[in-house]
Amino acid sequence: MSRPFILRNPSILVFLAALAAFTLGVTLMSEAFGSGAISTSFVKTLGKTLCLCLVALAMDLVWGYCGILSLGHFAFFGLGGYMVGMWLMYARTEIIVAEAMANAPIPPTDQEVVDAIGTQIFGVVGSSDFPMIWYFASSLPAQLALVVLVPGLLALVFGWLAFRSRVTGVYLSILTQAMTLALSLYLFQNESGLRGNNGLSGLQNLPGVTAGQATVSIWFLWASAAALALGYVLCAWVVSGKFGSVVRGIRDDEARVRFLGYSVEGYKLFIFTLTAVIAAIAGALYYPQAGIINPGEVAPIASIYLAVWVAIGGRGRLYGAVIGAAFVSIVSTWFTGGLVPSVPLGFYTIDWVDWWLVLLGLSFVLVTLFAPKGIGGLVDLVAGRIAPDRHGADYGPDKGSKRQGEGRG
Amino acid sequence: MSSLLEVSGVSVTFDGYKAIRNLSFQIGQAEMRAIIGPNGAGKTTFMDIVTGKTRPDEGRVLWGEKSMNLLKMSEARIAQEGIGRKFQRPTVFEDQTVHANLLMSLKNPRGSFPCLFYRPSFKDEARVEELASEIGLSDALTRKSGELSHGQKQWLEIGMLLAQEPRLLLVDEPAAGMTLAEREHTTDILREAAKTRAVVVVEHDMEFVRRLNCKVTVLHEGSVLAEGSLDHVTANPQVIEVYLGR
Ligand SMILES: Nc1ncnc2c1ncn2[C@@H]1O[C@H](COP(=O)(O)OP(=O)(O)OP(=O)(O)O)[C@@H](O)[C@H]1O
Ligand SMILES: [Mg+2]
Repeated sequence: MSRPFILRNPSILVFLAALAAFTLGVTLMSEAFGSGAISTSFVKTLGKTLCLCLVALAMDLVWGYCGILSLGHFAFFGLGGYMVGMWLMYARTEIIVAEAMANAPIPPTDQEVVDAIGTQIFGVVGSSDFPMIWYFASSLPAQLALVVLVPGLLALVFGWLAFRSRVTGVYLSILTQAMTLALSLYLFQNESGLRGNNGLSGLQNLPGVTAGQATVSIWFLWASAAALALGYVLCAWVVSGKFGSVVRGIRDDEARVRFLGYSVEGYKLFIFTLTAVIAAIAGALYYPQAGIINPGEVAPIASIYLAVWVAIGGRGRLYGAVIGAAFVSIVSTWFTGGLVPSVPLGFYTIDWVDWWLVLLGLSFVLVTLFAPKGIGGLVDLVAGRIAPDRHGADYGPDKGSKRQGEGRG
Repeated sequence: MSSLLEVSGVSVTFDGYKAIRNLSFQIGQAEMRAIIGPNGAGKTTFMDIVTGKTRPDEGRVLWGEKSMNLLKMSEARIAQEGIGRKFQRPTVFEDQTVHANLLMSLKNPRGSFPCLFYRPSFKDEARVEELASEIGLSDALTRKSGELSHGQKQWLEIGMLLAQEPRLLLVDEPAAGMTLAEREHTTDILREAAKTRAVVVVEHDMEFVRRLNCKVTVLHEGSVLAEGSLDHVTANPQVIEVYLGR
């Protein structure tokens, strides 16, 4: 019973080994460190996919294990991206400005440098002053701390208000949608201080780094893989043991958990905030690879996609979330990249760039109805684990509780 | 003898229907009490009030030596104060093993951080095994509790109740779905518990109540109709009319 927790969960080792093999494989085929079989832009796609896997992991923890169908976790993902993006933009612009001013006859004062950076960054929104929220932008450690602090604090306050009033089920989902919508609308305004709908750009250029994108893309791939590995182990640890029991209990029957003396609100808040922080870290690694972040990234639909990935991968099993995010993201790149030949029907031609979302929506409906275990359920098929017949009964009375078809994870 | 729980003048209305009317009830530190009464008398609602699930319209519910007001506390807080409950319909965590259900119930710190870093001690593991053997589920420790029979779920919930080591046990119809031998074993467990704690048992089975051999409270339409020994209340003509005579 008291064996180390990694040994009690052999699936963790399998996952870590697969992730390591993947990262090594991509590295050996990359342009910078290997044969060059994989283009730099595809390396970036793979690195971004690892970040999406990490945020899916967070989604699975909050929804699949704790039963809170949050449709707002992409807000935290985006905020993480903005926080790191502020430093990237500031520091890079600072270098450019310094170079431009180096040849000036009179050396510029510090204030002149800052003003020049401001003009560069905020020119597009007709301003040149640094808003208050850029106060720490010149400091990498401070902005990295904000990656965790800003989304964490938002989740803490939002969660405290929502859980304290015992908002659950559909109402909570709507509330989280409202939160991410509000954030998105706020960021769209030029007055938000984050360049409105222009967002932050040029994030792929690391200040002071002379290595090319081919090399940098591999660094980010490694960093994303490391974050995913750590996130996976952390989530697996959180859901194992007694804490995991309580959290699953909350998913299936939160009233019963209360009568055992556990403060359900406290546990929900813990999970909500923890997953927000994980999502933020994923975002902070994603956007430097994407190169640009704008308010559209935290639009309500993004968080809904997140739930779709987890559902398709298999809710309530961590590897399911990872598989779902990876699968949908890769397939989506494939379809939207125009790589799938169109289907001529004579009277109409199915162009997958347009029809991919329809296909995704349809798969979501089909999985929910006919294969509730998702792709992760294939593991059960191989292992010969059959979901017990419960005559259609869920595992508990709550809305988010485990469904019969999801049995035996 | 000072009382452990004191309910006085409590009333509850559901959509205009008065389920509990001016109910008063007391129980001592180490006492067994049976509550009987027809369907809809308000027995379960009474337990809902004490455990914080239902808030009464009026009345007082006081607890312990310091006469704490339970009506101001959350369900979790009340449970931490030492009031444990077994539900009428067995409610266990069906997706989790018998072992996990019992371990979660054991009396240990309930906060998220202690729980996150909790590792079962030898004492806790031994206690879980002891409880499992007491409720006849030693061989089922690694099974998911959703696979258990109705009677076994009843047992598991009794085990979870004992694991919490509450000062007051509220037990709603524990014998439903049990065989005669199992009922006798349940009475033994409850009588043993009542030596050190207060136990309130709701039960329709008169034989079961007789074996408990304790003071009986008869509820009818949300208030106390009669109170005393089983022989005393069953001789009461009103009780015969509303409950026994049907
Ligand atoms: N949440 C509720 N909403 C509306 N009415 C309720 C609610 N809970 C209980 N009632 C009503 O209150 C009355 C008392 O119910 P209660 O469950 O306490 O009875 P009981 O004595 O436990 O009966 P039984 O022996 O059938 O378990 C019933 O008429 C019931 O319909
Ligand atoms: Mg009842």
